[in-house]
Amino acid sequence: MGLSLISLFLLSVMVFIGGQVLPGNVGRAILGPLADQQAVDVLNESLGLNRPLLVQYGSWIWNFIQGDMGTSYVFRAPVSGFIVDALGNSLKLALVAFLMVVPVGILGGVVAALNVDRPLDRIISIGGLSMTVLPEFVTGIVLVLILGIWLGWLPISAAWPSDAGFFTQLYYLILPALPLFLSLFGYIARMTRSGMVEALDSDYTRTAVLKGLPWRTVVWRHVLRNALLPTITVVATQAGYLIGGLVVIETLFRYQGIGSLVYTAASGKDFPMLQAGVLTIGIVYTVATLVADILYSLLNPRIRLRADQ
Amino acid sequence: MTDIAANALQLDNLSVAYRVGRRDRAVLRDLSFTIARGEAYGLVGESGCGKSTVALSVVRYLPRNGKVASGTISLDGQDVMRLGPEALRRTRAERVAMVYQDPGKALNPSIRIGRQLTEVFELGGLSGQAATDRALAMLNRVRISDPAGVMQRYPHQLSGGMQQRVAIAMALAKDPSTLILDEPTTGLDATVEAEVLDLIAELRRGLSASILFISHNLAVVSRMCDRVGVLYAGILVEEGPTDVVFNDPRHPYTVALLRCLPRGDQRKDQGRLDTIPGYLPSIGATIKGCAFAERCALATDLCHTTPPPLHDLGGRLARCHYHERAQELPRATPARVEFAMPPAGQSEAVLRVDGLNKTYHGHGHALRAVKDLSLDLRRGQTLGLVGESGSGKTTFARLLLGLVSPDQGGHIELDGKALAPRLGDRTDAEIKALQIVFQNPDSALNRSHSIRHLLSRALKRLAGLRGRQLQDRLDELVRSVRLTERHLVVKPRQLSGGLKQRVAIARAFAGDPRIVVCDEPTSALDVSVQAAILNLLADLQSKQDASYIFISHDLAVVRYLSDRIAVLYLGRIMELGPSEEVFAGPHHPYTEALLSAAPSLDRRENTRIRLDGEIPSAANPPGGCVFHTRCPRKVGAICETTEPPLAEAQDGHGIRCHIPYAELARLQRAGAARPARETSLPAAHPALAER
Repeated sequence: MGLSLISLFLLSVMVFIGGQVLPGNVGRAILGPLADQQAVDVLNESLGLNRPLLVQYGSWIWNFIQGDMGTSYVFRAPVSGFIVDALGNSLKLALVAFLMVVPVGILGGVVAALNVDRPLDRIISIGGLSMTVLPEFVTGIVLVLILGIWLGWLPISAAWPSDAGFFTQLYYLILPALPLFLSLFGYIARMTRSGMVEALDSDYTRTAVLKGLPWRTVVWRHVLRNALLPTITVVATQAGYLIGGLVVIETLFRYQGIGSLVYTAASGKDFPMLQAGVLTIGIVYTVATLVADILYSLLNPRIRLRADQ
Repeated sequence: MTDIAANALQLDNLSVAYRVGRRDRAVLRDLSFTIARGEAYGLVGESGCGKSTVALSVVRYLPRNGKVASGTISLDGQDVMRLGPEALRRTRAERVAMVYQDPGKALNPSIRIGRQLTEVFELGGLSGQAATDRALAMLNRVRISDPAGVMQRYPHQLSGGMQQRVAIAMALAKDPSTLILDEPTTGLDATVEAEVLDLIAELRRGLSASILFISHNLAVVSRMCDRVGVLYAGILVEEGPTDVVFNDPRHPYTVALLRCLPRGDQRKDQGRLDTIPGYLPSIGATIKGCAFAERCALATDLCHTTPPPLHDLGGRLARCHYHERAQELPRATPARVEFAMPPAGQSEAVLRVDGLNKTYHGHGHALRAVKDLSLDLRRGQTLGLVGESGSGKTTFARLLLGLVSPDQGGHIELDGKALAPRLGDRTDAEIKALQIVFQNPDSALNRSHSIRHLLSRALKRLAGLRGRQLQDRLDELVRSVRLTERHLVVKPRQLSGGLKQRVAIARAFAGDPRIVVCDEPTSALDVSVQAAILNLLADLQSKQDASYIFISHDLAVVRYLSDRIAVLYLGRIMELGPSEEVFAGPHHPYTEALLSAAPSLDRRENTRIRLDGEIPSAANPPGGCVFHTRCPRKVGAICETTEPPLAEAQDGHGIRCHIPYAELARLQRAGAARPARETSLPAAHPALAER
């Protein structure tokens, strides 16, 4: 907990300094090359850019904590509105991808482990690995071509009509979620598989089998619960990536998520937007990791009950 | 069929192979034995001889690459190999149960004990409250205190002894006809081991189960089993009633194995232990004649060419061409001591420890791992440290080495000069003077370096040698631990456990240490290897005048090597004195209990002092004498209120007890004084009792 706060603080400092060292005068960037120097100076003054750095950082972070993320240079509107919308969109996409990949990935890993070193295991392991190494924009484009254009099953853009209901939105999100599914499936399946193989080889599994329990009970009751512990941690950590790290996918499918928001802000030198976006992504990552740790200790009696001893 | 059904377990010409590198390698070769109903059969042999493979074959739980090549296994007359999946499951659920080493791993870490127990009864058709009641009854039966509380706990919340009791309860829950115990007490403290063995012996009387008891510990097997089979390279080389085989062995391997064990009367200054030359044939090796011929001093041409048959010697079997003169096997290591020991008690002290304390802080409470420890160690002598786990043995070793810092106030003196408490503050000379040999050489040696590199580095760092000098010293060092040139080029993992431990010893001796701390150096090794390592340590000590702090849970081993012994309990010295006096007594009641708990091939009393309960937590030690909660000789309120001093009973022999020395002597001559607290075991071996 304390550690996550410290890492968030460090991130905010880096984001802030990053904004400072980027080349270009902000006032000049906003007003364009034709504006006269006095107007630029006045703007810089009104933006508070000539105050000491420490003061600037302090007021930025203080406002951020209170929900005021500043005003976008480009849109001349509060940043927070954009961030909230984009974050909402990102969460939707992440949720869809998550719901697709977690059960299927775990199932794949379990099936592979139960058939270890047999053809089915090889297919799942090697197939999953090959899909993981393909970059998302490659699988994304291929999927758009096949499912969106040739077969025409799914819309190729994630921008749903403004009056779209829940299921329509879901329908629009399947294609963008698929490349994420492919890139994460192998990862989750592999984690699950190795956790399963270890649990299957363990002494307690032997004990359970030698008790004469049916194989199904052994796997459900004794193996899975220990095997999935490391997987759950990894999956929860991946949630951060699914929400904040999807610049490519969002751009490819013209989806207004937080990734593409940050990308646009960076290319438009919209620093308040950029800083707020990156910090938000950082918070999402930290929260996801924290949730992973909490989940792990909740599920693992050895950690949960350590204080009792 | 009737004669088959009379046996609980019958193996006929069983051969098992493991597939390694596209080749089947034989592990068990044509193995046959039977266990009658209600009989306890022991299977002994060194690691790698196939003991556990027997157990796993019987329950059909061989690793994926293992398979039964030929032969049959019958449980209650039923061929195990022919069972379909459902029949196999039912056999496991009803007929056969298994308990193995390391109960901490055998129990599911994320399921409560109660659930793990009740599911066995649910298989038997019970449900809900009935299963819970039976589980509670079963826990009562294995004498666990607070069974209801234990049901709610997870395995990691129980001590090793409790975990093994739970595992035994789980195994016995289905009332099996065959119970397989595979090293069930290995890794447990001596007192806990004794309690678990007592429990098994007691339960045996109430159950009809036959027992297959697998152990590398001959003393444990001799205590627990009616008959014993000796396994060598997957071949049954000798079989017979336990007392007969151990007292009158007819196979040279059994003879040699028994000679490797330090017996009560053997000490380093009187003679060396015998060893077994050579190595066990590797798994899958082609064996032309007798499997043991390569290592047998009695072997003739016949032994190398013709496999000996299993001779029936009237109620016992031996697979040796020369079984009638097996006991004439010449010693592999002469008993003669090459270097005379300095007379005990005459040399000066190299190490003096005074008032050493170590408190660990954490979780809001303080844990006193070592309390007020004072002792000295003389040049060329060994101080043995004994005590259960948690007694502070290892913390003391770490304090000496400067790996942990002691509390304020204590002193360590090396050769009369104060030694800095922290390793970083010690001079190079002091560091090289104090070295350690760990229990597990695997983790102590860097696996990516060759042995030559490891030892050269130690010589460079500790002895400051370079070039030619280093080479000469390296050769000498390697010879002194009886390794050869060809061992130098390999990496640690290519060596056996015993050879690795020799490397670790060579490393410790690289800088001519004054003191070597040996922390359980032989407890991971087979007895024949252990004997060789003990001999080596004794030789090095007499040659180099080094002093040892020797930590071991094996009292016979400690006795063989030690001049003085310190008995630790909850971080305090309970008794300190010359080795023979501590063993012979009169001794502290705790020492008395430890000694009576240790299984031994020599001792045959059928009573044992039982310690009540578990060793208390060092974070919350009992007031007064810390041992009073478990002491069978507690005298009264004074034990609960006042901690006794370490009173000098005789010259150099101190005992921390309120009972005066003369009174202890009288009590202990009279034997275990309180019938209520002792266990009577059946005199299992009348033949031995007559000896």
